Amino acid sequence: MKEKITTAFWNEVAEPDDPYSAERCYCSGYDVYGDLIKKAAWLDYLYLLFKQTRPTQEQSALLNVLAIAVANPGPREHSVQAAMSAGAGGSGAAASLMAAIGVGAGNLGGAREVFHMMQAWQRCGNNLPRWLEYFAGFSEQNCSASDVQESSGDVWLPLEHPPGFAPHGVRCAQPVKQTLTRLVECYKESNRDGRGGEHTSWLLQHREELEVAVNMPLAMTSVIAAAMLDLEFDAEQGEMLTLLLRLPGAAAHALEQRERGWKSFPFHGDDLTVTNDPQRELPIAPVNSSEI
Amino acid sequence: MKFEGGIDKLSFWENNWLTDMGGWFPGERVVLRGQDMFSELKDLTWMGQLMLGICGRQFDEKQVQLFDGIWRISTSFPDPRLWNNRIAALAVSARSTSNLGVSAGLAVSEATIYGHRPLLATMKFLCSTQELLERGEPLASILIERLNIQVNGRPGSGKNRQVAKIPGFGRPITKQDERVIPLLEFAETLGFSDGVYVRLANDIESMLQSFGHNLRMNISMLMGAMCADQGLTPRQYYHYITLCFSAGIMFCARDAEKKPEGSFFPHRCECIDYQGPGMRDWE
Repeated sequence: MKEKITTAFWNEVAEPDDPYSAERCYCSGYDVYGDLIKKAAWLDYLYLLFKQTRPTQEQSALLNVLAIAVANPGPREHSVQAAMSAGAGGSGAAASLMAAIGVGAGNLGGAREVFHMMQAWQRCGNNLPRWLEYFAGFSEQNCSASDVQESSGDVWLPLEHPPGFAPHGVRCAQPVKQTLTRLVECYKESNRDGRGGEHTSWLLQHREELEVAVNMPLAMTSVIAAAMLDLEFDAEQGEMLTLLLRLPGAAAHALEQRERGWKSFPFHGDDLTVTNDPQRELPIAPVNSSEI
Repeated sequence: MKFEGGIDKLSFWENNWLTDMGGWFPGERVVLRGQDMFSELKDLTWMGQLMLGICGRQFDEKQVQLFDGIWRISTSFPDPRLWNNRIAALAVSARSTSNLGVSAGLAVSEATIYGHRPLLATMKFLCSTQELLERGEPLASILIERLNIQVNGRPGSGKNRQVAKIPGFGRPITKQDERVIPLLEFAETLGFSDGVYVRLANDIESMLQSFGHNLRMNISMLMGAMCADQGLTPRQYYHYITLCFSAGIMFCARDAEKKPEGSFFPHRCECIDYQGPGMRDWE
């Protein structure tokens, strides 16, 4: 055997007479089917997979709150709409989840925004002046979206708003505030010495100052980023976990719409206007659609 | 605390998608970029239609042949060992659908050591270099400045993986890019082998050689140069390359269909090289 799969957290011992079937599977040294399966909670196992260590009691509680908070962004949210659109048209289960992942990966409320926020946090720490400087630099770019797109060499479109904030929001949404408050509470409840939970606590304490600096309300992506950092995940792990933890709602909504069918799902039949339709007598000026 | 927010911006778009891309008039006609697809655009090839949709302008026959040839020569190998092609082979070997495998393979094509990221970065590098040259900056100083950029990630492994500082040179697995000469020869038949950006690509390669960098131009440099010579912007190019690997990925799905289920490079348990902690109990 020339090439091997190198891994720091998974090992398998083959059945005595079948080299292609595992008799025992070990995750970071724990016997998954012989021991761990009887004793571990699912989210603790999830944490073990990503971190190769068990979560502390407070991290376990925090992950539980986070997993509930992000499990279903609701049927209006982009990634869930994508899953439902797949379901309504009669696409399969995998297509629905692939749609949710693809759409929920981005810079507006998506996993990439969480990634950016976590990276920014790693630069700024829990230090308000540094954050204010970071956001000031962001606004000084003062580029129109199309200018930035033109200069970008990356596959991602550049950020069009400071990461972690809701560009269309009027005030911090109640679920965002409730999640942040609950994360801080649960850390305190499960941690007797009061240590840990620094990022969520700091965010709760400074939310309004940050919102004033950015001139936008805090978004759920900031709360997710703070919780991920308290859980000691890095930005790449946080991005991946955000995608993963948001799938339950997408899956459930897709299944529901699949059964209900396309006729009860919005098609926007009268909502599309072709501004340069050759049969239109008076063309309409397009909005925000310059060629890039 | 209350902010101005973007409620007005959002409410403008509510039930209101204004577009100059086109649309379907059910039971009647389809409009693309302001033209009727079944009458005005009926003579377009698929590639011609794709490029009209992406760029908003019609390319002539030779240009469309070039875009088609770039895909044919450069991006659709029937080899399931390649990382994106492998997804389709795995999918079908595991008896998922070919479409799911191809779709996932296309997503995976947004890679760092090959695929969309280096392709786009190379195009951008060519455009920005040409812009600086036109402002009078010497090529040597442009390249030296680029080589001196501090980066916090490498293309091949580690955290923050990112495309090489000077993209479009070198290649994983082999140093020789067998596609460069065939694509140049093909482009020559169309008269597209000597444009401003193709010449720039050659100049960059020569300059890097003179610096002692023993890396040769790879196909992404040539693809980017040829498309820049046709006036594509980096963003238009990004959309053009989005499906460029699709045929190769599909070939691998088709190939796996004919094999027994589970037969694509099965691994024995012993192929796992475990480097983690020893056995322990979950107390």
